[in-house]
Amino acid sequence: MLGLGVDQLRADMNQLLALLFHQGVLDDHFLQLQQLQDVTSPNFVYEVVNIYFHESEKLLRNLRVLLMDRDFSDYKKMGIHLNQFMGSSSSIGAKRVRNVCFAFRAVSEQNNRAGCLRALEVLEHEYCYLKNKLHELFHIEQQRVMAAAVRYRIQD
Amino acid sequence: MGMATEAQFHVLAVDDSLIDRKLIERLLKTSSYQVTAVDSVSKALKFLGLLEDDQISPNSPYVSPNHNQEMEVNLIITDYCMPGMTGYDLLKRIKESSSLKNIPVVIMSSENVPSRINRCLDEGAEEFFLKPVQLSDMKRLQPHLWKGKYKEEPHQLQQLQQPHKKRKAIEESLSIERTRARYSGLITKNNILLEQEDGSISFFSHI
Repeated sequence: MLGLGVDQLRADMNQLLALLFHQGVLDDHFLQLQQLQDVTSPNFVYEVVNIYFHESEKLLRNLRVLLMDRDFSDYKKMGIHLNQFMGSSSSIGAKRVRNVCFAFRAVSEQNNRAGCLRALEVLEHEYCYLKNKLHELFHIEQQRVMAAAVRYRIQD
Repeated sequence: MGMATEAQFHVLAVDDSLIDRKLIERLLKTSSYQVTAVDSVSKALKFLGLLEDDQISPNSPYVSPNHNQEMEVNLIITDYCMPGMTGYDLLKRIKESSSLKNIPVVIMSSENVPSRINRCLDEGAEEFFLKPVQLSDMKRLQPHLWKGKYKEEPHQLQQLQQPHKKRKAIEESLSIERTRARYSGLITKNNILLEQEDGSISFFSHI
């Protein structure tokens, strides 16, 4: 019974991945992360994505703090944060977040504070969606690993 | 007797982004390279023995190598855009150093700026990788690594690979009466390879 669960879980994971690809939330670079994971580095994807979460939340906080300041004018600093966010999103295959950063950067280059505030809201929303979906992926994967372990033990 | 034992190339990776460092490290290790990853150009220069600990200004004059370097570096792969000294600054320092200038350098950048790419290639970079770097890019490192390794040991491989260059030297020193094949080549335990006057290689055994 648990053995069947493994196949179902694998199907669930593939379905979620397919959806995220279809929505443009993830791209091929996320698949490459998975390709780089193997027996010598079994938690690679999880580790990298967690670093990404940690860094992204720091960047989002910095962006919000900058924009909440009514006397804000340091668009150059904002550009630096956005470049960093764009780079890391691109590296892990977070395509939609990366694209929002790109648009945000264009707005900030026009020194448009209101536009930046709107862009930040979109960015926070996209990031939130991505994080939830990636957590879902990891959860399914974790269940699959556990189910597979139990199945093999039963077979002993 | 075999020539080289299986080589383990050592790559120095430089990137201020933690995620990109993790990625490049994994990409390189998957390709069977040894990796040292640092987060700044000044740390890279320190690792290479090109910097005293108290001299991290980009304008400091060239310092002769400390020979503190613990491991030989066969290739340097560096991000272009970094706070402080950039990958371009690192490239220049390497090429200006008599002890390190033969180490191949590869630049990575998330931005496709042709003038930037050309500037790096003109300064001596071997390749320019657009980020995010992919597994397929790792193959492009191999020829530079092999070239770099054998540049330091010219007596064996280069002579066999450049017969025309040698031939020119031979022709210049040959007198008209000289007919004997000039020795220049490789001796292994039982065999000898000779380069003839016309540049061809002859193989003799049990000499």
